[in-house]
Amino acid sequence: MNAKAIVVTSGKGGVGKTTTTANVGAALARLGEKVCVIDTDVGLRNLDVVMGLEGRVVYDLIDVFEGRCKLRQAIIRDKRVDTLHLLATSQTRDKSALSEERMRETVRALLEDEGFDRVLIDSPAGIESGFQTAASAASGALVVVNPEVSSVRDADRIIGLLEAREIPEVRLIINRLRPEMVKRGDMLEVDDVLEILGVKLIGIVPEDERILISTNIGSPASLEEGGPKVAAGAAFRDIARRIRGEDVAYPSFEQPKGIFAGLRRVFGAG
Amino acid sequence: MLRNLFGRNKSKDQLKERLKLVLSYDRAKLSPGSMEELKGELLTVIKKYFPSDDGDYDVKVEQQGDRMVLVANLPVNAS
Ligand SMILES: Nc1ncnc2c1ncn2[C@@H]1O[C@H](COP(=O)(O)OP(=O)(O)OP(=O)(O)O)[C@@H](O)[C@H]1O
Ligand SMILES: [Mg+2]
Repeated sequence: MNAKAIVVTSGKGGVGKTTTTANVGAALARLGEKVCVIDTDVGLRNLDVVMGLEGRVVYDLIDVFEGRCKLRQAIIRDKRVDTLHLLATSQTRDKSALSEERMRETVRALLEDEGFDRVLIDSPAGIESGFQTAASAASGALVVVNPEVSSVRDADRIIGLLEAREIPEVRLIINRLRPEMVKRGDMLEVDDVLEILGVKLIGIVPEDERILISTNIGSPASLEEGGPKVAAGAAFRDIARRIRGEDVAYPSFEQPKGIFAGLRRVFGAG
Repeated sequence: MLRNLFGRNKSKDQLKERLKLVLSYDRAKLSPGSMEELKGELLTVIKKYFPSDDGDYDVKVEQQGDRMVLVANLPVNAS
């Protein structure tokens, strides 16, 4: 993706925006990019705890917006990957503190004055002011969707709103895919979701309990290298590489595809 | 195995059809209710010019490529 400022959004809540922001941000930083992840979910601060940086938040995005500190003072540097940075949101204020203009100015300053290569903006759920502010500074979007009815419907709505904002690069991440359910025909396949939503895919992330474990300890799963190939952490690392323009093949999620797989199903013992 | 081959009775196929329908209304910013009204009004107009028995008629919003289109299939009996 050419976009340096990318919003992570979904419409529906709880589908994995914050998880994606933390993991893709960490993976991009591991690949050498100077990355800043920004939490814009005002009043519901979460990105800091998911990344294990909650103990170091002094100033937040709203302090920057309202001039209580310099931008640089609010940027928290990660200790594990020194190119990874966090700009936390306020836990106490409400959404009225948000402003599209200040958001754009903050992102501009991060990219132009502070020398960041990439800014990932974690959007709140919904389609209101919080989402609009998060999207206002972005030239690319990662739309996170779970393969279920309301998430797909809301993603369609969000994609329409991103198009209305003329955000040039909109990419889809299918999160929490459960291969065994897809196999049984009880979960939408990747191709179904792509056909319905009509946007380009950039990642498939399986349901993985290690996401919860890594969140418990405040360390993004994408930083644990050497784990199993078909795991959420590896999927987030692949997404980071695709964002950087690499052509990374999708691993098979045990759901056999293509003609041989089909034949196997016909002739096989099952 | 046959069931597997023909892909019947899969809950995801039902979901896919439902999603396609609901999104076609969402995208056209139409409610299924106003679609019923539209159908009724269209039919009244058509009947004025082509008096005939009520045939099978079908009006729906459909995705064609990247556009949404209104598709009406109204049989007319030229007498
Ligand atoms: N691939 C996955 N496998 C297992 N659990 C996951 C996966 N992705 C996300 N989760 C879990 O789902 C929950 C919601 O995730 P997350 O907080 O990232 O969603 P969100 O979209 O940011 O939510 P909100 O709309 O409230 O901001 C978390 O408990 C997270 O650990
Ligand atoms: Mg969140």
